[in-house]
Amino acid sequence: MRACLLPMACGLALLSALPLAGACARAAGPLRAVISVDGSSTVYPLTEAMAEQFQRVAPGARVTIGIAGTGGGLRRLCRGGLDLAAASRPITGGEADACASADVSFIELPIALDGITVAVHPSNHWVRHLTVDDLRRLWRHQAEGRMMRWSQLRAEYPDREIHLFGAGVGSGTFDYFTSVVTGAPRDSRGDYTSSEDDNTLVQGVAGDPYALGYFGFAYYEAHQEHLRAVPIQAGDGTPAVLPTRETIRSGAYRPLARPVFLYVNARSLDRDDVRHFVDYYTTHVGDLANDVGYVPLDGRVLAAVRGRLAARRTGSLYDGHDGAATLTLAARLGVESR
Amino acid sequence: MTRAAWMDRAFHALGLAVLAVALSALMFLLADVWRDGASRLSWAFVTGYPSRQASTAGLLPAVAGSLWLVVLAAAMAMPVGVGAAIALEEYAGRRRWARLVEINIANLAAVPSIIYGLLGLGLFVQALQLERTLIAGAATLALLMLPVVILTAREALKAVPLAQREAALALGSTKWQTIWHHVLPTAMPGLLTGLILAVSRVIGETAPLIVIGALTYVPFVPDGPSSPFTALPIQIFAWISRPGTAFRANAAAAILLLLGVLLVTNGIAIGVRDRAARRRVA
Amino acid sequence: MTARTRQLAERMIEHALWACAGLSILVTIGIVGVLAWETAAFLAEVSPLAFLTGRTWTPLFYNQSFGVLPIVAGTVLVATIAMLVAVPAGLTSALYLSEYASPQVRRVAKPALELLAGVPTVVYGYFALLVVTPWLRTWIPGLAGFNALAPGLVMGLMILPLVASLSDDACTAVPRSLREGAFALGATRLQAARGVVLPAAMSGISAAVVLAISRAIGETMIVAIAAGQQPRLTANPLVPIETMTTYIVQVSRGDVPTGTLEYRTIFAVGMLLFVGTFTLNVGSDWLRRRMPGGRR
Repeated sequence: MRACLLPMACGLALLSALPLAGACARAAGPLRAVISVDGSSTVYPLTEAMAEQFQRVAPGARVTIGIAGTGGGLRRLCRGGLDLAAASRPITGGEADACASADVSFIELPIALDGITVAVHPSNHWVRHLTVDDLRRLWRHQAEGRMMRWSQLRAEYPDREIHLFGAGVGSGTFDYFTSVVTGAPRDSRGDYTSSEDDNTLVQGVAGDPYALGYFGFAYYEAHQEHLRAVPIQAGDGTPAVLPTRETIRSGAYRPLARPVFLYVNARSLDRDDVRHFVDYYTTHVGDLANDVGYVPLDGRVLAAVRGRLAARRTGSLYDGHDGAATLTLAARLGVESR
Repeated sequence: MTRAAWMDRAFHALGLAVLAVALSALMFLLADVWRDGASRLSWAFVTGYPSRQASTAGLLPAVAGSLWLVVLAAAMAMPVGVGAAIALEEYAGRRRWARLVEINIANLAAVPSIIYGLLGLGLFVQALQLERTLIAGAATLALLMLPVVILTAREALKAVPLAQREAALALGSTKWQTIWHHVLPTAMPGLLTGLILAVSRVIGETAPLIVIGALTYVPFVPDGPSSPFTALPIQIFAWISRPGTAFRANAAAAILLLLGVLLVTNGIAIGVRDRAARRRVA
Repeated sequence: MTARTRQLAERMIEHALWACAGLSILVTIGIVGVLAWETAAFLAEVSPLAFLTGRTWTPLFYNQSFGVLPIVAGTVLVATIAMLVAVPAGLTSALYLSEYASPQVRRVAKPALELLAGVPTVVYGYFALLVVTPWLRTWIPGLAGFNALAPGLVMGLMILPLVASLSDDACTAVPRSLREGAFALGATRLQAARGVVLPAAMSGISAAVVLAISRAIGETMIVAIAAGQQPRLTANPLVPIETMTTYIVQVSRGDVPTGTLEYRTIFAVGMLLFVGTFTLNVGSDWLRRRMPGGRR
């Protein structure tokens, strides 16, 4: 029983040493370096697939991925606590300033294209298509508590409650959707099921005949048998367009198609494992994107992106504007578009 | 048969039926989980790493994380808990103080586990700046375990016959010598049972770890207290949250593993307690 | 070791042991301290009246509103459904076990009930979302994928052993002589149970029920998985809702920066939860003390 003395003493010592442990942990960092990625849940499937492949070719590497949302990921990046932030919208001016004041410089890497898909339950037969104006009337902040039934959207729809599912406020999808649909970033009603985790949204829509939700194309494609995508009409006379790889790539699926990004902490690139991973990511994303439900960037655009990485070009292509501005990604990168 | 007798019979049947329905609901749940997940259970599953492909996804980081958490938490909770129980049981005096502690522990045992998560977030992650590491999670779980350890340790100490203590004291031992050389060894099976019960309580805890910030994608085994971590119930939660049927089997299999572990630990606890009871009688 | 040093060592050990006991007080102080600190900062910006009586909970959105009633309503709705299952069934089981069951049945049934209570809540969440909801859909076609009914029923099943076990303890604590008096007057077991045992055990039983309510209110995983994440003030069990515990989980999974109003909302909600369950626990304890047989 004397053997109990040692563990007991250790336990007590441990408890009183917690503050010390914290200080040591902060000083030393994890015992073996971890490539930390966090941010958009929309981009998560792509990064997860990349990390899995990468850890097969580089067995010692350790990658962790969180889904705090685009806003959360960029905040962590600009606190200096993250290697890579995945984002489904460009970094804003305010976030870039925060990075600057924390002495963190980032390299912006567009990696693929995604189309925000508006989905309903397969048994929903009344919605043929929706215009951007419909979406605006449904999702703007004035709709909160008022626009509650399908028949209020269009008179011919059934007089039943709409159950809405959409991105959470930390999500880049939320920021992008609100700025293109309601016209002002973050201008959205609050009385819906909001989640930074797109899985929850798919579950919600797939389980509810009166549901409508919006989330990334990859999540729609992975569960198509349980969902129905709604064609979106941009409102400028063009016909309603269903989100498919072709329409997202060509830009016909307007305005909900957008690039997704990886923001790399420039200082982290000094580490071999991070550099190796980001290299691997930008090299193979073209092949893997299709597999996971994303639309790969055009070959020359991707080459220009890799050029930015090689040159360690910091700063954003978007100057803090939201991604809905008129210049295409190719134009911003200086690549001639076909 | 009188009406009263008829009602009596009827209630007898009703009571039996209600009990049977409740227990068979449990059976039904277990059968459903077994049906969904048994086929996925394999050595490869337990030792594999997470993956986006459901068929190859595995549990190793989650299992390792849970093991680390439980060992660290027990190492912290056990000495403090047993020490507190000894103070309350063996050392008379300070009656009002002891009463306050007793009431306090009873309340702590009934506080929802998510509140402990908030405490862990505010204290360990933010104030002590331990970030989202194993040690922060383990410390939070240790706090969760503490009331259970103290309560069961007190029962174990109470069960030691007074005669033993008095005999030791009569032979000239001091208070602490009595406790250390006589009371504790006799109470050891009960203390172990209490530890195991506390461990089985926290092994399945999910909410406090989520609040602390356990990640869902940690594809490696933790290598130290300052490592990021995931845990078995967190992995189950993540797999349940993925829509579609592919990951449902994984979630079910992981649940079977968790339930299996709980069955084993509770079995050990009961075994220890029974063996000690038999030895005392003999 | 001299007598003096031995005495000194003994005293130090005693102090160390009392310090361990005192640590448990520190934990409570820690909980209350952390919650109160952040809640105070929160209430500096949001009026307590608006918080406690407001009917819209959109703290993260454009129309920021901090009325906590919707998520309290969600918690109460699920807890009510759970109690509607657990209390009648638990009480019936308890009466059966204490008045009718043979020792063999008790020997099997009581550990089996313990088993029911020992299943981790994440497993019950799986059951609620993936088994109970689809099954309920066959009876109620309009049932949404996330709703309050399925988690409520499953939570009732989870809490049933608590009600049954504690009520059974209360009933068996009633002295045999009271029952025998009733039997001597010609009562059946049911009449004795209703007329003698139940009234005598009532404080113990109410203690059990109050404790069960506290447990239901504080439960997290079942509702986080199956009840939804849409705060709304409703009594309809067929639609998605959000409970207080789900809200805390939802915000924790994101990355709300420390020190912001949004971060503080989880502590304010946590404080409300703590105060609620604490009051119920104290109430339950007070009721239990009035049980025949005195303190447990």
